[in-house]
Amino acid sequence: MNHPKTLFDKVWEAHVVDEIPDGPSILYIDKHLIHEVTSPQAFLGLRKRGLKVFRPEKTIATADHNVPTLNQHLPIKEELSRNQLNQLTKNCKDFGIELYGLGHKYQGIVHVIGPELGITQPGMTIVCGDSHTSTHGAFGSIAFGIGTSEVEMVLASQCLLQKKPKTMLIEINGELQKGVYSKDIILYIISKISSSGGTGYFVEYSGSTISSLSMEARMTICNMSIEMGARGGMIAPDQKTFDYVENKKFSPDGIDFDNKVKYWKSLVSDSNAKYDKVLKFDAKDIEPMITYGTNPGMGMKIRDKIPELPMEGSKDSFDKSLNYMGLKSGTHLLNKKIDYVFIGSCTNSRMEDLRIAAKFIDGKQKASGVSAWVIPGSKQVEKMAKEEGIDKIFKNAGFEFRQPGCSACLAMNDDKIPKNKFCVSTSNRNFEGRQGPGSRTMLASPLTAAATAVNGYVTDVRDYI
Amino acid sequence: MEKFNNILSKATPIHIENIDTDQIIPARFLKAVSREGFGDNLFRDWRYDNMNNPIEDFILNRADKTNKILVAGRNFGCGSSREHAAWAIYDFGFRVVVSSFFADIFNNNALNNGLLTIKLNEKSLSKVFELIRENEKIEFNVDLENQVFFTNNGSFNESFSINSFNKTCLINGYDSIDYLNSKKDSILQFEKLNKL
Repeated sequence: MNHPKTLFDKVWEAHVVDEIPDGPSILYIDKHLIHEVTSPQAFLGLRKRGLKVFRPEKTIATADHNVPTLNQHLPIKEELSRNQLNQLTKNCKDFGIELYGLGHKYQGIVHVIGPELGITQPGMTIVCGDSHTSTHGAFGSIAFGIGTSEVEMVLASQCLLQKKPKTMLIEINGELQKGVYSKDIILYIISKISSSGGTGYFVEYSGSTISSLSMEARMTICNMSIEMGARGGMIAPDQKTFDYVENKKFSPDGIDFDNKVKYWKSLVSDSNAKYDKVLKFDAKDIEPMITYGTNPGMGMKIRDKIPELPMEGSKDSFDKSLNYMGLKSGTHLLNKKIDYVFIGSCTNSRMEDLRIAAKFIDGKQKASGVSAWVIPGSKQVEKMAKEEGIDKIFKNAGFEFRQPGCSACLAMNDDKIPKNKFCVSTSNRNFEGRQGPGSRTMLASPLTAAATAVNGYVTDVRDYI
Repeated sequence: MEKFNNILSKATPIHIENIDTDQIIPARFLKAVSREGFGDNLFRDWRYDNMNNPIEDFILNRADKTNKILVAGRNFGCGSSREHAAWAIYDFGFRVVVSSFFADIFNNNALNNGLLTIKLNEKSLSKVFELIRENEKIEFNVDLENQVFFTNNGSFNESFSINSFNKTCLINGYDSIDYLNSKKDSILQFEKLNKL
C-alpha cells in the first residue's frame, strides 16, 4: 500500500518539477495573480535581463491596493499612485498579460476576483505577491504569498524555488453558536496559537464545523492563515466547492468539468496521513471575537477583559502594544465608543459578508459620530449588491457604499483612519499604523462591525438575535 | 544580487517582538516602481513624528549609520509579503538581520536580496542584546562560509544554519532566476508530461 498522504502532499507532489539536494524544490505554478504594488520591480527585472514572460496566459492582473474607492471614472489625483497603475497597464500590454484594470467589469481585490471568475480551482498551485493569497486554499489549492523577486521567478519560468513546509491539521467540530461567523473562528484560533504559532507550517482545516461553512466563509478562514504565521491554509474540496466553481468564466465545462471533478474528489487527506502538528477545537467554545492589540494574535471573546499578560513573548512588547492602542489590561472593550467602521478587504468583502451586515442594519441608522465605510470586494460584488438593493440599505443607514479596492485595510489610498481613532474593521491586520498613521484597529466579523456602527460602541451581536 | 562578504560591524538593536512589515515600511511608501530608495522610510513611523521630525530616542536615529547588523526581537518580518521591507533594510545599509524567529516570506525575500538572516535561540539573542547594552561599540563577526556569528574577544560565539543552496547563492551573488532559467528543459518536460 502507498504511504498515506495529506491533501497538501498530494497537491505539492503533483507540482514538483525537480528537487535540489539540501535546498528548495522547483515548484510549478498553475496560476499567478499580480497587482500594481508588488509587480513593477519584477517586470523591471525581466526588462533588464531581456526576458519574456514564459507563460503569459497563466498570469492575470488587476488593480486593487492603490485604487481610489470614490470616483473611479476620474483620473487618479495622486501622481505616484497614477504612475503605479499606468506602469501595470504598460507592463501587461508589453508582456501580453490579461489585465482587469480600473473600470473593467472584473476589476476587484485580487483574492475576491480569483474565486468569483473560476480562476481558482481545486488542486492548483496559486501564487501572488500578496500574503493573503492563502485565501484560495479554501478550494483545496496550495496558495501562498510571495515576494517580488519570486514574482519575477514565476514570470520568467512559471516556477518557484520553495522549501516544503511542515504540515499542521486544525480540526474544528460541532455547531457554531448564533452570531458566530467564520471570522470569529479564525480570530479565535489565532488568539489560541499566537501570530507566530503557524510559522513554518502549511495548515489544513477540517472537521464538521468547517464542512458546514459556505465557500465564502471558508475563504475568510484560509485568508487569515498568514496571520498565525502559516504560509497558507487549505480545505479539502467537496460538493460545495464543485458547485461554486461550476459555470464560472474560467471554469472548465461539460465533459472537462466532469473529469476535473473526478480528480478533485481524490484531493482529500488519506485516513492515516501524518501531520507534523495537530490541533483540535470545539465550535461551542467559540464566541464573537475582537482584537485589542497590534497583532491578530491579541484577540479575545467580545465580553472578556483585556488580559494582564501576553500569551507569548515579553511583557514589554505587550505593554507597548496596549499603550499604542490607548487601552489597559483588565478593562472591557464591550460598550467602548468607536469612531470608524470598515467593512471590506480580501477577508470580508464578498456578497455573503455584505448580506449579513445589511440584514442587521436594514431599517436602522448608524450612530452619529461614527463614519462607516462599506467597500465591496469587486465590481461583480458591487453590481450584485446593487441588484439586490443592498447598497441602498447601507446608504439609508448612513453608511458610505464605495467602489472596489483594498481601501482602508492597508490605507495606501486616501481611505485612512486618523491618529488615535478607533476603527472596528473586518480586515485582517491590526498592526500599528496599518489603517493610517496612529490608527487604532479592532478586528471583528462583518456582523459585529455592523452592530457596532449602529450602536457607536463595541457590541455583542448576541444581544440582538 | 551582490556577493555576500564576511562582516565585522557594530549592531543596531531593536528590542521589540513581532515587528511586522508595516512597521519596517508602511504601505503608503510602496508606490515606487524601482527597488531603490526605500531606506529613507525604513521604520518611518518609529523614526519620525507626524511633523516629519526625527524622534531622537528611537535607536535608528541614535545608532551609527554604518552598522551592518540589525538585531531584533522574535517573529521579525511578520505580516505582508512586501519585499520592500527587505529592500528598505538593505538600502539603509544593513546586510544581516539577527533574531530568534523570522516570518517565512520575509526570510525568503531577504535571502533573495543578499540580506542574510541569522536565527539564534532565545537565550543567545538575549545575550546579544545584553552585550550591546553593556557596550554599544561592540563588534560582531559574520562568517557565512563557516556559519558562525561571534565577537573577537570570545564573549559571543554561535553557529547558525542556512541551507546550502541559499548559502552558495549568497556567497557567489547567484540569482534564483538564472538558476530557474538553466532548468527550462526540465520545466518544458514537466509541462509536456502533465499536459499543461
